[in-house]
Amino acid sequence: MHGDERFGLDRKIRLLGPVKLDSGAEFAPVDFAYETYGTLNADKSNAVLICHALTGDQYVASKHPITGKDGWWTRMVGPGKPLDPARHCIISINVMGSCMGSSGPASIDPSTGGPYGMAFPVITIGDMVRAQAILLDHLGIETLSAVVGGSMGGMQALSWAALYPERVRSAVIIASTARHSAQNIAFHEVGRQAIMADPRWNNGAYYGREAPASGLAVARMAAHITYLSEAGLTEKFGRRLQNRPDGTMGSKSFGFDADFQVESYLRYQGLSFVDRFDANSYLYITRAMDYFDLTEPHDGVLAKAFAATKARFCLISFDSDWLYPTSESRRVVHALNAAGAAASFVELSSPFGHDSFLLDAPEMNRIVDGFLRAGENL
Amino acid sequence: MLRSDLAIIARNVRSGSRILDVGCGDGQLMAALRDHKQVDARGLEIDPVNVATAVSRGLSVVQGDADSDLVDYPDGCFDYVILSQTLQTTRRPDFVLDHMLRIGQQAFVSFPNFAQWKIRIAHMFGGRMPVTEQLPHRWYDTPNIHHVTIDDFRSFLKDRGVVIEGQWFLSGNKPRKKALANLMAEHAVFLLRRG
Repeated sequence: MHGDERFGLDRKIRLLGPVKLDSGAEFAPVDFAYETYGTLNADKSNAVLICHALTGDQYVASKHPITGKDGWWTRMVGPGKPLDPARHCIISINVMGSCMGSSGPASIDPSTGGPYGMAFPVITIGDMVRAQAILLDHLGIETLSAVVGGSMGGMQALSWAALYPERVRSAVIIASTARHSAQNIAFHEVGRQAIMADPRWNNGAYYGREAPASGLAVARMAAHITYLSEAGLTEKFGRRLQNRPDGTMGSKSFGFDADFQVESYLRYQGLSFVDRFDANSYLYITRAMDYFDLTEPHDGVLAKAFAATKARFCLISFDSDWLYPTSESRRVVHALNAAGAAASFVELSSPFGHDSFLLDAPEMNRIVDGFLRAGENL
Repeated sequence: MLRSDLAIIARNVRSGSRILDVGCGDGQLMAALRDHKQVDARGLEIDPVNVATAVSRGLSVVQGDADSDLVDYPDGCFDYVILSQTLQTTRRPDFVLDHMLRIGQQAFVSFPNFAQWKIRIAHMFGGRMPVTEQLPHRWYDTPNIHHVTIDDFRSFLKDRGVVIEGQWFLSGNKPRKKALANLMAEHAVFLLRRG
């Protein structure tokens, strides 16, 4: 594998495809931006695919080229971690529709020579997974030892098991769901409306001009609240006030500056997000998540989605996650039981809401590590 | 080394069968059945730390509650459903047993016998709720909310038309005979099926 250009950090490839989309359309050619860590073994049995969340990317365990921050899941991926390059060949792919190098609305449409913008097709979680399968074919990987993901990454992991039952041996689904609820869709719609209400959005045709940064920042602020918990926010900020720019310590401005620390924090989250994310990608990916309902192609019976799978499943939820609460994971477990699949499930306790899966959670690591090792010894 | 009642269950489970261990703890019995009898084992356990330990042993265990979650399992999907030392802790042992016999072809149930002579003596002469080696909790902190005796259990099975396919009794770790079991045995293990 040494010298094989297909493997390594910061890889980019254009493949012919096409991806057959749920909408009925076909998309081609397909650009992929991805990274691999570790070495594929001789019998190609140690490949692990990590699927990222809505605003995540392929930089799982290496520095983000824009923010300069460490990879987003270094707590789970790295030497001595549950996903270990010494043992696994880890693959992380920027999802289709995103903006870190894989095909998305900001990519150049070869038929026009300009960015796709709103001409980019509306895609689904299933489409993202079908695109990933095309890249894995290119990498010569037939079977995944495991597919692992949190949040939208968990939706992809579930879809992998449903769409390619013969290609997945184990699936780890953390803080996720098999369908977007009305509440999930409602929050996403707030974000999309904020973007589209920004005059700079210009029906998606803003490339080469000013981006709809205010709209995207508001979208991020609203979404960020859903990633935290009430208890977590109270612990971190309470009702504490900001120190004023003129040096006044923590007093109210009787105006509309960010008086409260929580306001200042959210504004910062919104502003720093627009530097690294494309507003149209946010529209397309939230749409894909809202369309996600694994029961839909199976007459409303989730168990049928897993009828053909021989994969082992491990689901983890967090008790303070109200975005994808434990009840959603239990619904998946129920379906897996009904399908006779080998399923494990734990609800872990954490005060940090949906974001818990990205934070330090030793129990989560212990479970994922044991689950993966058991699969490797089968 | 398996606890005596678990050893009885392990000996009597068919090799290669499918089992659900309800209240599986950290998966000791499941691991033994998997390793020595090629059993396809699944577990249900209420305590998340136990579940984490069981999953990290490579077992398929779901965090949940026997009282509320057995309803989610399809009919007849296991050869055996096992409930060891857990019946007396459930809110509705009757519903739990109904579900076990619905989900499994057969069911193993083991429980501490509340009519064993030491307990009777503690009650009769001490006038106090018994605290013994087998039942070490005090009245206010015991998880055992439905104490049952061997004779209670037999009449309960008879009322429900459940067939007893095997029964084993223990004093300490030693097996003992069926005669006078209700007075003498500390633990009972029953193998049951729907009538």
